[in-house]
Amino acid sequence: MATEYINLERVKERMEKRLLLNKALKYVFLASTLFGLVVLAVLLSDVIVDSWGFLTSDFLTGLLSTSAERAGIRGAIVGTVWLMIIVGPVTMTLGVLTAIYLEEYAKKGKVHSFIQTNISNLAGVPSIVFGLLGLTVFARTLGLGNGVLAGGLTMSLLVLPIVVVAAQEAIRAVPSHLREASLGMGATKWQTVKNVVLPTSLPGILTGAILALSRAIGETAPLIALGIPALLIPVPTNLTDSFTALPVQVYYWTVDSVLTAEYANLAAATIVVLLVILFLMNSVAIIIRNKFQKRY
Amino acid sequence: MSSVKDLIAKNQKGGRHKLEKAVPVGLFLAAIISVLTTVGIVGTLIYETVLFFSEISFREFFFSTELQPLNRSNPQFSILPLLSATILSSLIAMLVAIPVGLTTAIFLSEYASEKVRRTLKPMVEVLAGIPTIVYGFFAFTFVTPFLREIFPILERTNILSPGIVMGIMIIPMVASLSEDAMTSVPNAMREGALAMGATKLEVTFRVVIPAAISGIIASFVLGISRAIGETMIVTIASGSNKNLTWDVTQSMQTMTAYIVEVTSGDAGAGTTIYYSLYAVAFTLFVFTLAMNMLARYITKRYREVY
Repeated sequence: MATEYINLERVKERMEKRLLLNKALKYVFLASTLFGLVVLAVLLSDVIVDSWGFLTSDFLTGLLSTSAERAGIRGAIVGTVWLMIIVGPVTMTLGVLTAIYLEEYAKKGKVHSFIQTNISNLAGVPSIVFGLLGLTVFARTLGLGNGVLAGGLTMSLLVLPIVVVAAQEAIRAVPSHLREASLGMGATKWQTVKNVVLPTSLPGILTGAILALSRAIGETAPLIALGIPALLIPVPTNLTDSFTALPVQVYYWTVDSVLTAEYANLAAATIVVLLVILFLMNSVAIIIRNKFQKRY
Repeated sequence: MSSVKDLIAKNQKGGRHKLEKAVPVGLFLAAIISVLTTVGIVGTLIYETVLFFSEISFREFFFSTELQPLNRSNPQFSILPLLSATILSSLIAMLVAIPVGLTTAIFLSEYASEKVRRTLKPMVEVLAGIPTIVYGFFAFTFVTPFLREIFPILERTNILSPGIVMGIMIIPMVASLSEDAMTSVPNAMREGALAMGATKLEVTFRVVIPAAISGIIASFVLGISRAIGETMIVTIASGSNKNLTWDVTQSMQTMTAYIVEVTSGDAGAGTTIYYSLYAVAFTLFVFTLAMNMLARYITKRYREVY
């Protein structure tokens, strides 16, 4: 009988081991993927449980107060709305113009790649550093103090890279035959950009703008660096009034919860309001993207 | 009836022609704002940092061990306590984010069906959209008390809990970028290995990950950069003790948390404390910039072309 060169028993054994390991690790990988979701669920339920009973209409419409029972976040909500009013138009304008320049006008060369590199580096600068820029340039040098305008401009610069990158992608996705048709009809370059490229890329631009805005609403560090107080300040009525915003309010209440336990509940209730606003904005962004997304 | 030629001539003479010339200039000016922002950041940081070093020596800043800015008789400025806290919290964050993020990427790109991937990926990415202040609240009011049940020696503010929570925040970033790198590995390579009798696990670790390694490492580097620059979680949950230690149970202050403390305190412009703010911020800026550029370099330099 010929010698068996291959030990079939051993091969089978090893094969089974390898397959078993593959299958076992598949579940480890799945568990790891679900880990993030479990934490998310814990986080949300923790916040909701803590806010229970504190999220009343008095809380939403009331002014800040030294007593935890009577404190409300009207000032913070109005402050956040003010921020949106400034950040929205400023970043939209600057971001879209920058994107048009980079995609439609700039020659691909040193200037183009310099600006492009600069924008992607800015996107990685920690937000607290933008806060210091705002403090030094807007608050101190230009004398805007820690008012709504200084806060809004600081936030605008912070989220500008997000809008630029989103707008660039949207503009790049406009097929060139649309541009050529417009130019072929005798339209000038700017007419083509204004009447063909921009309307076509608008859904993508809007989606990016909303995402940038929702980032600005949740950012805390730059505002704290600007010295935004959460003291008993009146609701802002013009651009230089000092103000507070929802995340800043969360910060001070969380820190103060060591002194008065109810402050943790107030912070949680404010977080719920903040998350609801962010959720609504993200939904709008998704709806815009799905509704207007066209494939050419 | 005017001829086309006339129309063109009219166009070129009229306001339209001027507009066509003016538009690129206007657009360029808008694009320059982002460059000016960078100039503004670097300019202010360098200017005030130079003033700081005219009062405090390099040696004291980088090699002494005490940070006592508020000590009236003998204020001391060393960045080492802030650096140790920053490095430690980032390290803890990456110990959470790298294994979980990478295995999540493996599952999504190699094991999950298209349908499962489309449901799970956006759900994981929700984690990245949650404001950091909310994570700070979570670390302070939930994770720390929870950890203290298990390890009673943990202080009420400590570096462990914010480190872990930062890691959770960074998971989607690592997972998403690594997954992009892994899905861009062509299927032919997987199929070749599978045809040779490799299991899916072997294909993943011996073919896909080595092929996507540059993108994966870049995602780690970006994650570290994010952890170094993160502010609110550490400000709330790691306390303000300027401790030079590697003991994770203790309260420590990171660079970002120091900036928050000094700006929200009343350090008047012109004092040494005020200048120290910019010296710390400049160090932070250099660190994160270096990390971001490293990540870009890795993806560019080592991108494999198939």
